[in-house]
Amino acid sequence: MIQLTLTPLNLASFAIILLLAQTAIASILRKNERLMVPVCFALSSAASFAATAAGVWTVGLGSSSSAVMALGLPGLPFHLRLDPLSGYFLGLIGLLSFFVSIYSIGYVKGFIGHRPIARLCIFYGLFIAGMFMVVLADDALFFLISWETMAAASYFLVMFEDERVENRRAAFLYIVVAHVGAVAILLAFGVMAGLATGFDNFSGFTFDAMRQADFPPEWATVAFLLAFFGFGAKAGIVPMHVWLPEAHPVAPSNVSALMSGVMLKTAVYGILRVTFDLIKIIPWWWGALVLALGIISALMGILYAMMEKDLKRLLAYSSVENIGIIMIGVGMAMVFKSFGQGIFAALALIAALYHAVNHAMFKGLLFMGAGAVLHATHERNMEEMGGLIHKMPWTAALFLIGCVSISALPPFNGFVSEWLTFQAFLLSPALPSPLMKLLMPLGAALLALTAALAAACFVKAFGVTFLGNWRGRHRTQVQETCWPIRIAMGMAATSCLLLGILPTVFIDWMDVIAEQLTGGKLATSAGAVGWMWLTPIAPERASYSGLVVFSGILAVYAIVYIILHVNPGKIRRGHVWDCGFEKLTNRMQYNAISFSMPIRRIFGFLFNIKEEVRLVPQQAHSAFPQKLIYSLRIRDRFWNWIYKPVADASFWLSRRVGRLQQGRINTYLIYSFVTIILLLLFVR
Amino acid sequence: MNIQTITQINSFLAAFVLLTAFGMLAQKKINSLIHLFTWQGLFLSINTAIVGYVAGRHHLYISSVLTLALKVILLPYILHLLIARLKIRKDVETIVNIPATMLIGIALVIFSYHLTAPVRELSTFITRSTLAIALATVMIGLLMMITRKHAVTQIIGFLAMENGLFFAATSATYGMPLVVELGVALDVLIAAFIFGMFFFQIHTTFDSLDVDQMARLKEES
Amino acid sequence: MAGFIIEILQIALVIGLAPIFAGWVKMLKCWSQGRSSPSILQPYRNLLKLFSKDIILAENASWIFRFTPYLVFGTGVLVSAIIPLLSTDLPLALTADVIVLVSLFAIARFFTALAGMDIGTAFGGMGSSREMMIASISEPAMLMAIFTVSLSCGSTSLSRIVEVIYSPASVIKPSLAFAFIAFVLITLAETGRVPVDNPATHLELTMVHEAMILEYSGRHLALIEWAGMMKLFLFISLGVALFAPVGIAVSTNPAGIPLAFVYLSLKLGFSGIVIVLIETGLAKMRLFRLTEFLGAAFLMATLGMLSFFMLE
Repeated sequence: MIQLTLTPLNLASFAIILLLAQTAIASILRKNERLMVPVCFALSSAASFAATAAGVWTVGLGSSSSAVMALGLPGLPFHLRLDPLSGYFLGLIGLLSFFVSIYSIGYVKGFIGHRPIARLCIFYGLFIAGMFMVVLADDALFFLISWETMAAASYFLVMFEDERVENRRAAFLYIVVAHVGAVAILLAFGVMAGLATGFDNFSGFTFDAMRQADFPPEWATVAFLLAFFGFGAKAGIVPMHVWLPEAHPVAPSNVSALMSGVMLKTAVYGILRVTFDLIKIIPWWWGALVLALGIISALMGILYAMMEKDLKRLLAYSSVENIGIIMIGVGMAMVFKSFGQGIFAALALIAALYHAVNHAMFKGLLFMGAGAVLHATHERNMEEMGGLIHKMPWTAALFLIGCVSISALPPFNGFVSEWLTFQAFLLSPALPSPLMKLLMPLGAALLALTAALAAACFVKAFGVTFLGNWRGRHRTQVQETCWPIRIAMGMAATSCLLLGILPTVFIDWMDVIAEQLTGGKLATSAGAVGWMWLTPIAPERASYSGLVVFSGILAVYAIVYIILHVNPGKIRRGHVWDCGFEKLTNRMQYNAISFSMPIRRIFGFLFNIKEEVRLVPQQAHSAFPQKLIYSLRIRDRFWNWIYKPVADASFWLSRRVGRLQQGRINTYLIYSFVTIILLLLFVR
Repeated sequence: MNIQTITQINSFLAAFVLLTAFGMLAQKKINSLIHLFTWQGLFLSINTAIVGYVAGRHHLYISSVLTLALKVILLPYILHLLIARLKIRKDVETIVNIPATMLIGIALVIFSYHLTAPVRELSTFITRSTLAIALATVMIGLLMMITRKHAVTQIIGFLAMENGLFFAATSATYGMPLVVELGVALDVLIAAFIFGMFFFQIHTTFDSLDVDQMARLKEES
Repeated sequence: MAGFIIEILQIALVIGLAPIFAGWVKMLKCWSQGRSSPSILQPYRNLLKLFSKDIILAENASWIFRFTPYLVFGTGVLVSAIIPLLSTDLPLALTADVIVLVSLFAIARFFTALAGMDIGTAFGGMGSSREMMIASISEPAMLMAIFTVSLSCGSTSLSRIVEVIYSPASVIKPSLAFAFIAFVLITLAETGRVPVDNPATHLELTMVHEAMILEYSGRHLALIEWAGMMKLFLFISLGVALFAPVGIAVSTNPAGIPLAFVYLSLKLGFSGIVIVLIETGLAKMRLFRLTEFLGAAFLMATLGMLSFFMLE
């Protein structure tokens, strides 16, 4: 007997059912695409909204609720549980999915007539449902089923434009890495389940059993390393990141926004769930490992992003960076927790969680913006864009908000979480280990480098795409995007601003997660001087008020503007001064490659760069070359270091194994016979 | 002078010794390198005198004067002379580029800090915290020997390493016995002379002081 | 209430005195090069001239181009309300600690770089590209220097740092000395002084900041110039607050303010001399040698942090 009361868990389940209904409707309405798009995405936005409400509600309540479904294996039905941690991630995923679903109403319409879109609608619903189920799952089996649903659905979404070879290649790479990761996760759960109850029955696979269990340290380490590898592959932590810049950009932009914005967060959720909730006892070096890889990811991610000229690949690499920043927070929380400093661990964890939601908002916004640009110009290469701010003022302004947020500039949200991370770094003198004490602030320096490079990178992204003049060779008719797209981006931009200026309210709300996972409470000290000022630890230690910064700058702006416009001088428009030479052409502008040249030169040793300049001599005189051909190829060194050897090894192995295949039926029968004999020996 | 002031001066001098060590890693001109080495010797000498004063070990004064005479006056003079005589190029040639060397240097400092952590906890000397820096100076000296091509820069690296050892002795145990120190000083001096003679030989044989040339000495295989 | 009066006083002081300070540096520089100098009030006259002129705007200038001067000026004003110039008793001090302060300068830089790219000239893009490159190395070095100070004071709040360093119990520490050297190098880089950038040049190969603002005119240019002067003033005040806070009033007693003002003027006057000495002593560096310069700053700051943990 199901009692239909309104509880967060019921609301979340309702959201999933709604999404499944969406997939059904999409397959029914496949003939009528004009009707299918609004109906489907209206349904998925309603579902996402319900999920967000459920998540926010759970975190607000601070308690957990669970349920057992009558599905699944005998002896292991599906367990669902909604506690503040999963509620937080449910809310995060729901919120961005809500925005993106509204966006999709406008965005997917553009595909109508070009290609069949029923597939997109079906897998879109499944994808979001998969992400919701991942955070709701409370046993290893259901978790993995949801995890695979999410991976498979996103694989088909990446394959959406499958007529291009590179898209198929990217999707293949993605599914391979996803499965290697999934195997590692499966093994990690296996280790934990085995230790919890032994392998006699399935009850060890529930998370509850794992929570109760006491793991011996060496096996806990094995489980942690496997889980970290598996989730890290999904999150795109360097060096497991190479699939990310391939797969994210080729998906339709609404899917890219979801993949970068929230699918990566499910991996963060997994790491937090396994370490803080299931294993619980954390040695400090796990934290140090996570911290170190986080720092490397952050730095490498943004440097690679800086080198890109493809707008969506740039954003994808920047996701690697942001995942790195989140991992820095997680790593520090683990280190602090292992030394029993609850409140500092809470600060670091809240910094990580805060950055997770921030990244979802601004990366979602940026990918939506990139999608709008892509739709308008049919171009992903920034070198062929420019001056779009005049044609697409709304998109430009909203994209700019995303750029400012992701560059960690006050008063927007990216700054708050990076600031909290810095504060956590500066608490290192409290650690008893002298080495960690010394090493952590150096990490802060690298984070500062990352933040500064991010600003450079997004000046480039915005400047080259939206400012200056049109660089493309052929002029295309560019139009501002339609209203659903603008509304969705506007909502994401608004949440960037709100998260930036009202951090105390937000931290007060999410404090319960930190309290449950680390035992430390931050809210009392964070809001000590009032809701306007964020003061983690203590007001005399550090304080920040985004609201005052925002209103201060606005106030000065207004005052200066008014003073200067009491008696304004005239504004005349004129040509740009061309130094007396011939008229300036648009090809003379700085573009993406030239903008990043100084940084490429400084950090060039980290990349595999092949730069070539060729002069085409003129017939008349060799001193005046006819034209100059410049080509630049930048590649990921990790590809050659790690992936190519692995790929080569597997090809080699496959060829060896391939020799088994003779084509003669007798040989095959021998194989079977030998196998049977061996098995019989084994089970004797 | 009270004990706090002395500790402070001591740590300042240690910081300067470390700074000169990094300066030597970063330096591109041989002359400036020798100047930096001279400064390091001076800081070391002052530090020894101060430690001698605070610990009441009067033989440290002698070490201090010895350091001053040897490392601030005599050796730099010899090195300058050598460079002037041999007319060698004034640029330091490196095997690993300078920023990378610096990063390795920082890593070495952290490593030596980690290594000396147990000593710091046991020791009661006021100079205990400088031990890590002394060890780091030794390692940076060795790093310099490894990453430089030129024989003159290598000997400066060697001497900087010796500086570090001397510093370590002062900060860990308030100096070695005087006899040992005298012996070491003599050794260093003689080493410098022998190096000097070798330089002449290498220079006349290969017409260069690039130690890579010495690879030519090995038998063809 | 007294706090707010001091706050307004500080803002007025920065806005009012920044041109005089710029004039002072200019004067010293002329003297040191044996030229006769313009009056110390010349920057005011330049600003007045610019304010009364009309604006010529490029045809394709967008709203970002027109918005940036106000924003840059606004961040300057906001920062001057936060750095304890005269007193640590500032009601707005809670708004921003020293990390936020660095980011406020960063947001001004972000928009200036965008404005440089807005017109689509090669100069503007070049300036933006170079500026962001310099910033991406100097900003971490600056934060590192600041972290060293904050670690040794146990706080990132500027008022608190001033109080700790100012307290009689504090002594000169090697870490602070290193951090100070790093800070001086970074100040030169961030305010566009000589070894990094030359504010007086319009030579295409060397200019960085000037290249970004090349297309500005009239009141926009005036605001940007003024904000530039304020930035120099504020960086030096920040250095003074972090490393030599002698004289800043730490109590709420208003009698300390005039004394603090005298101290501030003396320190600024002295810093002007130091800047000019550095500028006359050094030549403008090639762009790619700047990495060594900024790397040295970063190394200094790192050594400062290491010696904080190792020696203190």
